[in-house]
Amino acid sequence: MAEIVSLADGVGRLVHDGDMVAMEGFTHLIPHAAGQEIIRQGRENLTLVRMTPDIIYDQLIGAGCARKLVFSWGGNPGVGSLHRFRDAVQNGWPVPLEIEEHSHAGMANRYVAGASGLPFAVLRGYSGTDLPKHTDTIKQITCPFTGERLAAVPALNPDVAVIHAQRADRAGNVQMWGLVGVQKEAVLASRRSLVTVEEVVDELEPVPGQVILPSWAVTCVAEVPHGAHPSYAQGYYERDNAYYEEWDSIGRKRDSFQEWVREKVFAAGTEVKTR
Amino acid sequence: MMSIAAARALTGGKRCFVGIGLPSTAANLARRTHAPDLVLIYESGTLGSKPDRLPASIGDGILAETADAVISVPEVFNYWLQPGRIDIGFLGAAQLDKFGNINTTVIGDDYANPKVRLPGAGGAPEIAASCREVFVVVRQSKRSFVEQVDFVTSVGHGRGKGDRERLGLRGAGPTLVITDLGVLRPDPETSELVLSQLHPGVEVEQVREATGWELKVSPELSNTEAPTAEELANLRALKEASK
Repeated sequence: MAEIVSLADGVGRLVHDGDMVAMEGFTHLIPHAAGQEIIRQGRENLTLVRMTPDIIYDQLIGAGCARKLVFSWGGNPGVGSLHRFRDAVQNGWPVPLEIEEHSHAGMANRYVAGASGLPFAVLRGYSGTDLPKHTDTIKQITCPFTGERLAAVPALNPDVAVIHAQRADRAGNVQMWGLVGVQKEAVLASRRSLVTVEEVVDELEPVPGQVILPSWAVTCVAEVPHGAHPSYAQGYYERDNAYYEEWDSIGRKRDSFQEWVREKVFAAGTEVKTR
Repeated sequence: MMSIAAARALTGGKRCFVGIGLPSTAANLARRTHAPDLVLIYESGTLGSKPDRLPASIGDGILAETADAVISVPEVFNYWLQPGRIDIGFLGAAQLDKFGNINTTVIGDDYANPKVRLPGAGGAPEIAASCREVFVVVRQSKRSFVEQVDFVTSVGHGRGKGDRERLGLRGAGPTLVITDLGVLRPDPETSELVLSQLHPGVEVEQVREATGWELKVSPELSNTEAPTAEELANLRALKEASK
């Protein structure tokens, strides 16, 4: 059964140095507050997995939490580049970042295989592209029934998945709706999971198009109102588009980024670990 | 003109997989003007979105609120795209070559140490492989229109006629490339992109100067009709509603 914990406790107990961590949310319900808690707790050597490493991973990478990134599209959606990601890949700042690059279809299927308890997934993808030359987790396979050549990608089984959802009840059953991305698959593929929610309620009211993650499929639930900001939580608040635009100038320079970490992630006066 | 020309290429009833930016602008303009029954599909998991403004990203809440169905990301790719249920893939590009191959990964020939790191593949490789046909909308310059892309993120016509079949790709690939200067189509014999249409006020020489390969011109070169008042008004209204 899922345990209801505080955000700091949840991250402290479930996310360890060196873990493979998947923080998902496809534009909607991105677990930003949990990402900043991981920075605050000074995690290192993480392998970060995410289909769309946007601002949340730019922050974790810039803070030096990651040594590797597994992804399929990295950018600030609708705005431009991720400058901390680029600085880490091109200049090794603050620590070198290894990358493992896929397509969305490849990543989605890797989670599906992980959630299904299978060693790999098969898809009609990657043929003729340059991605398999640089990514050794893409192989060709022959269909034993038709002889067709297909792509195989290994299952993703992260140590921990972190997602954000709208609501949970006191027993830890989680309800989410709207764009549900690949979050359910990420939770089921992972050994442990932390779900931050807008609110914990006595009783979950049914909502059209909802996904339920039963309490027994989740490790910990933490109530974190506004935990997806600057992304959005359908039914609760809208996306903060201005934040995404401002991030471009904050993330561009190492100085302005470090100042942001000191001011916004750590409480004033807290000693900040510098690398 | 580019958005309007791209919108005109989309006709009613077709199911269209839409990328953000120019493709999304054109698809929404088409739905607002001549193709109200165009079905817009976004990779965030929305089938049949009907937004009344331009979405800020592929996951804008308005796409989910106005959709016929909201589904998971694995479902979009596995159930809807891969089996060939989508008519048109509508993509942008950072770099495009004379066979319509698209690069959105890195500029420069060293993947590990690129001149410019781009966002990467996203949904594009499988959109380019599996939709019945692909339209590309991109601004034309010597930097973006190159003889051969530095990195093949999404396959167009490979190195020429017959390559798609050899690679097992199911759709027809890029049948239309719409730029700010005109429209290019693949030559039926060679699959090389040739200039087939000029936008109002643009000369062939100007298009050649903005192309990084020796551009061939179709013998049936035509002119794009000037935008109508209705098209311009709708485009302005869409942009205004999105502010």
